[in-house]
Amino acid sequence: MSAPSRTLAADILEATGINAATCYQCGKCSAGCPMASESDLRPHNVMRLVVQDRRDAALAEESIWLCLTCETCSARCPNACDPARVIDAVREMSIAAGVADMPRNIAAFHRAFLEQIRSNGRLHEMGMVMEYKLRSGDLMKDVTNAPGMLSRGKLSFRAERIQGVVEIKRIFEKCGVTP
Amino acid sequence: MSRIGVFVCHCGENIARTVDCAAVAEALKDHPGVAFAEDYKYMCSDPGQQLVKKAIEENNLTGVVVAACSPHMHEKTFRRACDQAGLNKYMCEMANIREHCSWIHEDRGAATGKAVDITRTIVEKVKHNQPLESIRIPVTKRALVIGAGIAGIQAALDIADGGHQVILIEKDASIGGHMSQLSETFPTLDCSQCILTPRMVEAYQHPNITLHTWSEVEKVDGYIGNFTVTIRKKARSVNEDLCNGCGDCQAACPVKKIPSEFEAGLGKRTAISVPFPQAVPNIPVLDRENCTLFKGRRKGLAKEVCGKCKETCLKGAIDYDTEDTFIEEEIGAIVVATGFQLYSIGRKQPEGLKGYGEYGYGDVPDVIDGLQFERLASASGPTAGAILRPSDGKEPKTVVFVHCVGSRDPEKGMKYCSKICCMYNAKHAMLYKHKVHDGRAVAFYMDIRAAGKGYDEFSRRAIEEDAAEYIRGRVSKIYRDGDVVKVWGYDTLSQEQVVIDADMVVLATAIRPQPGIELLAQTLSISYDENGFINEAHPKLRPVETNTAGVFVAGACQAPRDIPDSVATASAAAAKVMSLFSADELEREPAVAIVNENTCIGCMNCAKVCPYGAIEQRDVCTVDGHVCGHTAYVNPGVCQGCGTCQAVCLSKSVELQTFTDEQIYSEINALCAWE
Amino acid sequence: MIDVAYYPGCSLHGTSREFDESLRAVAAELGIGLTEIADWNCCGASSGHTTDHLLGVALPARNLALAEAQGFGAVLAPCAACYNRLSAARLAIATEDGLAARIPDIIGRQFANSVEVHNAVELLRDASVTIDEKVAAALAPNPLEGVKLAAYYGCLLVRPFEVCGYDDPEQPTSMDEIINACGADDVDWDMKVECCGGAFSVSRTASVLRLGRAIIDNARSHGAEAIVVACPLCHSNLDLRQKAMAARGEEPMPILFVTQMVGLALGLAPVDLGLGRHFVDTEPLIARLVKQAAERVAAEKLAKQEAAAKAAARAEKQKVGA
Repeated sequence: MSAPSRTLAADILEATGINAATCYQCGKCSAGCPMASESDLRPHNVMRLVVQDRRDAALAEESIWLCLTCETCSARCPNACDPARVIDAVREMSIAAGVADMPRNIAAFHRAFLEQIRSNGRLHEMGMVMEYKLRSGDLMKDVTNAPGMLSRGKLSFRAERIQGVVEIKRIFEKCGVTP
Repeated sequence: MSRIGVFVCHCGENIARTVDCAAVAEALKDHPGVAFAEDYKYMCSDPGQQLVKKAIEENNLTGVVVAACSPHMHEKTFRRACDQAGLNKYMCEMANIREHCSWIHEDRGAATGKAVDITRTIVEKVKHNQPLESIRIPVTKRALVIGAGIAGIQAALDIADGGHQVILIEKDASIGGHMSQLSETFPTLDCSQCILTPRMVEAYQHPNITLHTWSEVEKVDGYIGNFTVTIRKKARSVNEDLCNGCGDCQAACPVKKIPSEFEAGLGKRTAISVPFPQAVPNIPVLDRENCTLFKGRRKGLAKEVCGKCKETCLKGAIDYDTEDTFIEEEIGAIVVATGFQLYSIGRKQPEGLKGYGEYGYGDVPDVIDGLQFERLASASGPTAGAILRPSDGKEPKTVVFVHCVGSRDPEKGMKYCSKICCMYNAKHAMLYKHKVHDGRAVAFYMDIRAAGKGYDEFSRRAIEEDAAEYIRGRVSKIYRDGDVVKVWGYDTLSQEQVVIDADMVVLATAIRPQPGIELLAQTLSISYDENGFINEAHPKLRPVETNTAGVFVAGACQAPRDIPDSVATASAAAAKVMSLFSADELEREPAVAIVNENTCIGCMNCAKVCPYGAIEQRDVCTVDGHVCGHTAYVNPGVCQGCGTCQAVCLSKSVELQTFTDEQIYSEINALCAWE
Repeated sequence: MIDVAYYPGCSLHGTSREFDESLRAVAAELGIGLTEIADWNCCGASSGHTTDHLLGVALPARNLALAEAQGFGAVLAPCAACYNRLSAARLAIATEDGLAARIPDIIGRQFANSVEVHNAVELLRDASVTIDEKVAAALAPNPLEGVKLAAYYGCLLVRPFEVCGYDDPEQPTSMDEIINACGADDVDWDMKVECCGGAFSVSRTASVLRLGRAIIDNARSHGAEAIVVACPLCHSNLDLRQKAMAARGEEPMPILFVTQMVGLALGLAPVDLGLGRHFVDTEPLIARLVKQAAERVAAEKLAKQEAAAKAAARAEKQKVGA
């Protein structure tokens, strides 16, 4: 956690090396953002929050969790502001501050995914989907697809657990991540 | 016996805040060789200068040291004052106790001590100063103007009207530059060619102007007032004295499908052609690259495979065997006015630039640039002034104008604003709406830069009177979708994505200097910036001079620029040239290197390192004329006083006046002597 | 026989088994040996770097460290997301202050960041000439000859350029080159690098349907008979989810992995390439292409015979005439 007097822009600069003031709000990132039509805030809006030191608004924003991390914004930004990386950093700060406003399904997915890796080292897709369903409450998700997946050999009931799974648990610990 | 006067300036608070000027003057009073020492608030002011003059007269001073700012600021001022008081001006030096002392330290005690040291050091130097005289060099009162667009034409006319000879050279077949391609000009919507062609004709017919088109600068030797310029007149294949501009050759030429440079690729021309009907001179050029006859020659064919133009020419003006010729001219001043080119969004780019893959790298049909739109709108253009899109000739009902393509885009390699695009986009939107009444004009912009006289009002007309839709936001992607061009933009003011199905898209691409500008700049020994634009000597106070004396700059080759500013800088450059030509002789500072022929061993190391080519080898002969050795000789007219020769001379024979070894050693000794 | 360290990633062991199967089959055919990195772990995909930058670097770093320790200089990561994460981790460790010093401690392993990372598209592009030759030498007629295929790169194969660097990030051509090497025609279309919805496949399927719709529509309007992908998530979003996004009565658009495409051109059996595992049935397409190819070859043969007969007849006439 940063000292209260530090600006959000300073925190972002330290975490990512990016100077958010180089964004001149041209909107090119948002013009090509695939999730813009579903988000309240678009990439350039997030950059604006950072520059204006509106920490609470940025960290508690739901839109940052709708980002696909497709990197289109960063690829086309004329000033190399790397909005994708800035949004990554805001997400991380949001979790650390305990104010993350993830849509329920997306939160469930991330948690299920990360917990799978932490426990097995690899993703056991069936296990992950089951955990996802429990967390999200979307119990009927892809139920119609399940038989098809099974018959095509795409689902295995057994999880692959790697030998070095204790290293994975350690990595999670050292990074301070609890799914 | 030195009698040196020391004047310590307060420079208001600049020096006095950190350095105790009175103490410095006091300390210098006792220094051996100092006959007078005083401090004053503003030495450069009139009373300050009076102080110096009075001191010189009353104390018979043999030298003057002004401890103040940098010599870059006021060395001339004080030297002039000494001169007026009857003391040779090269006996006056400045001790920099501002930039070298008060501006970089805070400790008053230490700074004052340092100021005393600096001043004493310069006093010791002045003891070895010599009363030098300015060097006088003759001036050739002929000007060379490189580039005959509106800026070059204006400069040439001004100098010629001022009574001096001008050589005007242009690399294309006709003069006129990009202005001749424009349809109308902002903010008046004047027909561009209508206001340009009278100037073109005037330049062509002016008795003081010699015009060379289809020509380039090959070599430049010499120095201000005394340049020798070699001009390459490229082979035109047409005798300029015989041709009468009838155009029969053009009509007869069988090669008709070459993309026309004048039509920005939207129209075609023949191999032998005049770029446009109003071309000056109205003499065609044979494009040997695309000519059938020359293709045959390159293949090594025995027989000439074409010859239609020559057969048709009633004046016998066509000659396939002309070669490039070279003309040498003696010139006194050079004006560089080579103008600009447009950035292209294509895949292939020069070093440091990138194309726009997100806009299709220039492969998407009906995505054109500003000059191409000008040709569409132009009454003499490929569509006779109708706005028709290139792919199918249909009238586009929705046209999107995209601002800042390349400009203000550090990722593509161009950080700067191209200045004129906001204005010409407004113009284009208006022209389009005037011709296609039911059309929709959409402009994606970042900011509107309309700072000139009547400019903002002009750009508002596009929105208020002609209903152009201005959307603030940049475009992410442009691609073809069936019959339309899809434009993915954003409206940052309404906060929504905007997708337009356009019939045609016009990109306002960045302004760049012409290709080959670096080579030309190197030929002229002038400098250019990271974008290739020619550097002015000082961005504020010397906007039309370069760092090379005698070479001036005008127009868009220096920075993105519109027509009024190009004309203004051209006239300014012309004024500089005429001021140079107003005297028969030029006075130059005597800070040049001189070789002591008695001690010179003739190794010529100095000549090898001289950046200006100022040093030549001179033979030493015996009484009966045998060459028994050689020495170096520095041309005082070319030498710029850099001192490099002095540094490499093995025998210590070459010395830079005003910075001789004796003077420099005396400074070093002085510094080492005081604690 | 060149040997490469192989990092399959979780998807290739699960929902995209066919990518793994076809890759192995094609690699064997091209003389490339794949050695799976022992005890590899999940790269973290989106969930890793989205929630924690350090975790997003550490998880891939362990795999690179394993590869290093196992003596490899380069790793093949076919999944676009894995490729991007491994490459991004490599770049981050090389350029971010202090990261190179922290990572070995976090992953509990020595790590010199010496391993290069490549994906299947790079591998196959570099083998284009070999593919071309083998296709020409194959016994069975090439079912892909002249077929129109749209190369779909998605967002992670070529972006960001600093991480990937082997192709143009807006108008890439590497997969198109492979398509051409297989004798097929690459389609010029506009959604080559637009995102399919990636990790929202499960958690926000509606977005995936919207994005996938635009991609398939565009490919179809440019005449593509199938879409070629090199990412398990792109495949899943366009294949598994296609039924949900399709309009009534619409012709299905088969989605092929780039390795499956190469395998078909080389004459390998569809079952060996996992082509039976797709949700959008590939059998009708393959059957049609095989039939087309056979007909084409037969037509060529016939044309040759007719030409020979004509020539013989001419020769006869001349003899008689003389």
